[in-house]
Amino acid sequence: MSERSPIDNATIRDGKSRVNLDERFKWLCIGVATFSVLILVGLLTSILVQGLPNLSWTLLTGVPEPDAKEAGIRPAIFGTLWVCSICALVTLPIGIATAILLEEYRPKNAVGRFLYSVIQLNITNLAGVPSVVYGILGLTAFVNMFGFFQADRDGGHPEIGVTYYDQFFSEGERAILVRVDNANSPPTQLTPDTAAMDVDFRPVTVVLLKPTDALPAEEDREYAILDDAEPGRINKKAWYYFSLPFGRGVLTGALTLMLVVLPVIIISAQESLRAVPASLRAGALGLGATPWQVVWNVTLPSAIPGIMTGSILAMSRAIGETAPILIIAGIVYISRTPQNLMDSFTVMPLQIYNWISKPQEEFRGIAAAGIILLLGILLSFNAVAVLIRQKLQKPLS
Amino acid sequence: MSSAGSLDSTGETRIRDLGERVGRLMKADPRSLSIIRAREIGIYGLLILCGLFSLLVTAAILFVLVSETINFFRFDDVTLSNFLGSTKWDPLLGNPKSFGIWALICGTMLVTVIAMIIALPLGLITAVYLSEYAPKRVRSTLKPVLEILAGVPTVVYGFFALMTITPILQWMHKGFDIYNATSAGIAVGILCFPTVCSLAEDALQAVPRALREAAYGLGGTRFDVSVKVVVPAALSGIISAFLLAIARAVGETMIVALAAGSLPQATIDPRDQVQTMTGFMVQMAGGDVSNYETEYYSMYAVAFTLFIITLTLTMIGNLVRRQFREAYE
Repeated sequence: MSERSPIDNATIRDGKSRVNLDERFKWLCIGVATFSVLILVGLLTSILVQGLPNLSWTLLTGVPEPDAKEAGIRPAIFGTLWVCSICALVTLPIGIATAILLEEYRPKNAVGRFLYSVIQLNITNLAGVPSVVYGILGLTAFVNMFGFFQADRDGGHPEIGVTYYDQFFSEGERAILVRVDNANSPPTQLTPDTAAMDVDFRPVTVVLLKPTDALPAEEDREYAILDDAEPGRINKKAWYYFSLPFGRGVLTGALTLMLVVLPVIIISAQESLRAVPASLRAGALGLGATPWQVVWNVTLPSAIPGIMTGSILAMSRAIGETAPILIIAGIVYISRTPQNLMDSFTVMPLQIYNWISKPQEEFRGIAAAGIILLLGILLSFNAVAVLIRQKLQKPLS
Repeated sequence: MSSAGSLDSTGETRIRDLGERVGRLMKADPRSLSIIRAREIGIYGLLILCGLFSLLVTAAILFVLVSETINFFRFDDVTLSNFLGSTKWDPLLGNPKSFGIWALICGTMLVTVIAMIIALPLGLITAVYLSEYAPKRVRSTLKPVLEILAGVPTVVYGFFALMTITPILQWMHKGFDIYNATSAGIAVGILCFPTVCSLAEDALQAVPRALREAAYGLGGTRFDVSVKVVVPAALSGIISAFLLAIARAVGETMIVALAAGSLPQATIDPRDQVQTMTGFMVQMAGGDVSNYETEYYSMYAVAFTLFIITLTLTMIGNLVRRQFREAYE
């Protein structure tokens, strides 16, 4: 007998069992994949079942009421609109500019390269910071502005676009306004030549009465006031009202959301820019274009579909983001749409959270209906993003 | 470029136009060149400012968290040994108040562990399926499903947990609280599952084709190739995906605020209600707590702890992934 070859000693596993294993694993995979589809179906069904019966015109146009049947989400829809548009206006330029800096202006020396890697690492880490932490940052940096303007509170904090009035009520039950300098001016003492106005800001002459005087006739009472009447302080804010610190207003919400989505936008814009073939840049540079001319005329137009897709997805994340808004705005009752940048606001997910956490059972249905609206908006955003990706993105090389 | 016909609106035409414009400029007044140069420098400066903004954000986060945490420890009823050494978190009603962060960390860990039991295996198996097994048609339906799951706002998952998962759990077993860690954990798991899947799939796709072909050439089945060759080769990428998913679960807020309850306790019973670090912050923000009390500042201390934990996880995750990238490029 000749020497036995090592192959005779080796145990040769049955091919059949390996094929069986492969087959079983394939079915496990299919099962898991089906499961993930089932989760989505279950999620959507449970929300549709609870929400559809409550979906109504009142919900879309009403304001949050203590009675679930009359509650609506309009202030929250407008809040989301305000916050997210301002957020997009602020975030997109900064985010895309940062991506251009990182991708198109690569440094040539070691110090620059080190700085770039620091910025890059920083951005990846910022993307992993929980959004609730950004809420805390927004609370300190924007709502209170580190307490810088707190000491100034007594003399009124810096603000523009607001006028304060003292409001009197005449004997004829009419409101009469007198303009005052700021929120903390002493109460107005009425004199015969006080510049008084009615509620439409038309000047009126007031008739001052002493407490001992007899009441004038019915028709003369309109602008007749007791001379020791106590005013109430009211204010009128213009659409450009602005104050420091920002307080719990729309601007704070937008800036906080900016912090949340900025890393997302930077990273996706970087990926789109990276996908532009280097030959295009080289060609443009070879013709004598400056770096910015290359970016503005060649790279950016080629990368725009990708950047737009990424930005839309980032904004849909901003729309659904609840935690940071909850931290900066708190749970407050908002019944009107925001009128200026400093106005208090609520957004759709926050209103939904508010309804879910109410003890009354009937608000859960309203919340589910609100979720249907929210998901509808988000899904249409995603659909637009997918469309842009498919229509505009032509291969460049 | 494929053909001359498809040139319009693509890069080459743009370059040609640009070339003509640059040419015209060169012939024109030389002063315009200095204007261009000044504009270049101005724009570069602006871009650098934007780039530095992200560093400013990090600096601001660190400054706010560190300074307010220091303010927290300045209060008389707070000690570092109590904060790091106690499992009793009772900042609101307790007398004396107790700030043992471990109660919150414990709740966070319980929810995270339950979430990862769901998200990691499901995510990895789906990733292997998508990358190695799935026919194109399945891919094109499964991918959008995952994208939609990833895009659903967290408050919706919170609603799902509270209104659907909890009743199912209570129906299966009587011991479950109306608020419980399992329900929140399952929802967080569903939330993290698409993240794990897409990151792990990226890692699997990055494994060179040659490795697979060699394994097939040796007679391996698809199972052998994917589990014994591709997954080990992509291991660092997969681990990085896992770490990032854990960081995401730790920082998840709305689901736990809605479904996990608000009773901070160091428990490992998944049927109990727990409070996580994020859940406590939401409770503070939503409640009417005076702005200058100890419990208000405790929010910053909790946020700082949370920030440290997630930052460590993300940094290790990114580090591992980068290591992996170098191995195959």
